[in-house]
Amino acid sequence: MSIPFTHFLVLSTLLFFIGIYGFLTRKNLITMLMSAELILNAVNINFVVFNKYLYPDQLHGHFFTLFIIGIAAAEAAVAIAIIINLYRNFSTMDVEEIDQLKH
Amino acid sequence: MMEQALFYLFSAIILGFAIMVVTTRRILRAAIYLLFVLGATAAIYFMLHYNFLAAVQITVYAGGIVVLIIFSILLTSKMEERLEVPALRKMLFSGIVCAGGAFLCLHTILTYSFNPVVETTKPSDVKLIGEQMLNYGANGYVLPFEVISVLLLAAMVGAIIIAKKGKPQNP
Repeated sequence: MSIPFTHFLVLSTLLFFIGIYGFLTRKNLITMLMSAELILNAVNINFVVFNKYLYPDQLHGHFFTLFIIGIAAAEAAVAIAIIINLYRNFSTMDVEEIDQLKH
Repeated sequence: MMEQALFYLFSAIILGFAIMVVTTRRILRAAIYLLFVLGATAAIYFMLHYNFLAAVQITVYAGGIVVLIIFSILLTSKMEERLEVPALRKMLFSGIVCAGGAFLCLHTILTYSFNPVVETTKPSDVKLIGEQMLNYGANGYVLPFEVISVLLLAAMVGAIIIAKKGKPQNP
């Protein structure tokens, strides 16, 4: 245990808020999706580190991370299908010009 | 010593490329920087001896999601165009919100007294993971496993239906 436990938490906190910043400032749908992936990644680091350092005899954090990765994959697939369909109808990726879900 | 140096190196890679993901003006480069962030995260999992999780991170994130994002960028964006810079006011307010939130969280983390367990060298082998994931007794995760399999199937069907070209509308 050469690395202090809190340094991992500092890393994941900073990564989380970088993702939040990107989500708030970006206007392109795909870059917003990337920011959401950054946020999920920060949460994964947190789960893994809590599992490793606080409850090393169990694997709950490990399984939660696995499920989050799976759900992130499903979310990315559906989001990209929606993005491609929107691009076909609106020819833009800007969230302020896309104001209608059904076209 | 070596481990510490590697940890801080990977942390610097993660944070630096994450900032570049959210600030770069070229969208394809943002996707590649995201790949670096996810790869360095997998390296941190390797350092914590979560080898299976690191492998899943590389295959699903780097191999699946980033490739999917790159494909959709290539389908929808023109390579020569740049993303617009957000308005100064928006950047300022978002930065203040994020800095405030980060400060609050870091303050809480650094003042709370965690009690980390000292011996943490038990490797998580794949046999144990598989047995526990498919176990329906105590500490078993077979129900979420089945639910997520149905969820992935539903997401796949939904993605195909949404992205499918509709029939040309006859007058």
